[in-house]
Amino acid sequence: MNQFAKRCLSAVPVFFGITLLVFFMMNMAPATIADAAGEGEASSAARAALEAELGFDQPIPLRYLHWLQDLLRGDLGTSYRTGQSVGRMIAQRMGPSLLLTGTGILWAVLLGVPLGVLAAWKPHSGWSRLAGGLALFSFSAPGFFLSLLGICLFSVKLGWLPAAGMYSAGTSGPLSDLLRHLLLPGAVVCLGSIGNLIRQAQSAVGEVLGEDYIRTARAKGLGEGAVVWKHAFRNALIPVLTTVLNHIPHFIGGSMVVERVFGWPGMGSLLFTSVNSRDYTVIMGVTVVVALAVLGMSLLMDVVYRLVDPSVEWGGGRP
Amino acid sequence: MRNGSFRRFLGERKALAGAVFLLGMLALVLLLPPLLGQDPNLTDRAAGFWAPPSPEHWLGTDDTGRDLLARLLHGGRVSLLVGFASAGLSALLGIPLGLLAGYKGRGWQFWIMRACDVVQAFPSLILVLCLVSLLGPSVWNLIFVIGGLGWASVARLVYGSTLAAKNKEYVEAARALGATDGDILLRTILPNVVAPVWASLPMKVGRAILWESSLSFLGVGLRTPQASWGNLMNSALELATLTGRPWAWVPPGLCIVTTVLALLLVGEGLRRSLNPRQGR
Repeated sequence: MNQFAKRCLSAVPVFFGITLLVFFMMNMAPATIADAAGEGEASSAARAALEAELGFDQPIPLRYLHWLQDLLRGDLGTSYRTGQSVGRMIAQRMGPSLLLTGTGILWAVLLGVPLGVLAAWKPHSGWSRLAGGLALFSFSAPGFFLSLLGICLFSVKLGWLPAAGMYSAGTSGPLSDLLRHLLLPGAVVCLGSIGNLIRQAQSAVGEVLGEDYIRTARAKGLGEGAVVWKHAFRNALIPVLTTVLNHIPHFIGGSMVVERVFGWPGMGSLLFTSVNSRDYTVIMGVTVVVALAVLGMSLLMDVVYRLVDPSVEWGGGRP
Repeated sequence: MRNGSFRRFLGERKALAGAVFLLGMLALVLLLPPLLGQDPNLTDRAAGFWAPPSPEHWLGTDDTGRDLLARLLHGGRVSLLVGFASAGLSALLGIPLGLLAGYKGRGWQFWIMRACDVVQAFPSLILVLCLVSLLGPSVWNLIFVIGGLGWASVARLVYGSTLAAKNKEYVEAARALGATDGDILLRTILPNVVAPVWASLPMKVGRAILWESSLSFLGVGLRTPQASWGNLMNSALELATLTGRPWAWVPPGLCIVTTVLALLLVGEGLRRSLNPRQGR
């Protein structure tokens, strides 16, 4: 428990680092908030009044503390563009984002891990070549290009799948409608993350297959299938799990682009809209929420790691 | 030693093919535009808007009558520049910081590695997006931001190997001979920890190209009249271009995929030839 407290404590400077970075980034903005609020042509007196109202005449460290205090209370401010609470805007978009990213990663795990195991088991087979090729493709094809190809082929030419949004127009839709909308963007997110999973499963199982206890299992006459899937695979699960969690920030970035192309109503779409309209409170809110979620996730990962394998050192090898 | 690595690299067929492809692509984007003599920013009124491929305009013209092949080649220059320059900047920042964190330990280690944690806690694309939109979308700002954020993974890599190297006997021997910290870091440790960085750089170049093109495609990176592989594909968001004019958006997409693929192959070849014991 002591060790657990220590690990949590080490997240504190990172928490302050993240919030400081986001705060100062937004205060570096060349356009003032008054511009963003649509007062570009207003007199300097009116602008000063608005800035005072928003608290911008206070010294920067004080403003940071106020912002941090609000953040800890869950208050992320109001959007300059829509006047809505940023917290509520993000909460509305969180569900669709989690759904899309989660589905994509789930498909990638279900397809990529068995493929990686097969490739490690039969290193010179067609499986291994397929796994290697798919991984390279996953690393080198940008998500927006895959999205365009997918829309062009499946939505326009064949007319099988919808090209945009989460539900058909006007309906809140039955589940099957949602699934049809999810299929194409989910597949693109899956393709973007599958490479890491294939590689990790392959190298983890490959390593385990060389261990003594595998030789023992084989020597005592255990079938090949049981050796690979029961012994080797189970021991390779931890590194695979770590990869998934470690790459979540990367996956989130990728699915944000996909969201934008497909008009998926998630946080990625929100972020791009806010960047285009210079809606700084929303940009700040989305960025800080995502980064803190990632921080929490890495803490969680250490706990899970420890539960799965008690011999692991705290910190999960991350210095 | 270095000769041996080089010879081993020549034995990596796929990596060699990747390297040749990259050189070819570089030669193409640098040398072909003057030969073709098309101005990427000139409107050809005779050809008109969205002209299909023809002998004068091999890839047709875009929505304002500019030659798409010339824009593809000039865009390639920009995308490759952003990729290579930002990876170089990451290495330039990350290697010294990783060395310091690993060798000096204590405060240095704590602050540098926590800074790594902070940078790596953000999905990189979000951070790049925010910073580029604040600084303004220009080629140099993109290089500055992508390279400036990429230091963390390089530093983590160097930090790990420095930590392992600093207690080795050859370092102790150097210290016993009276070498200063600077000597040990630069002459003894650096050559021993830098190999994995070389092997990871092509991948970083590729990732920078992917980020740049994603942002430019979505209209928050480089904007017209500046061409880049990403923003050339932006027009495919309109249905008419997506279905009716594949020559406008498929070539830049293929350029991105093949270039990044070639970089990956080179990176893997480098990794194997610099560290033969690691196997395949």
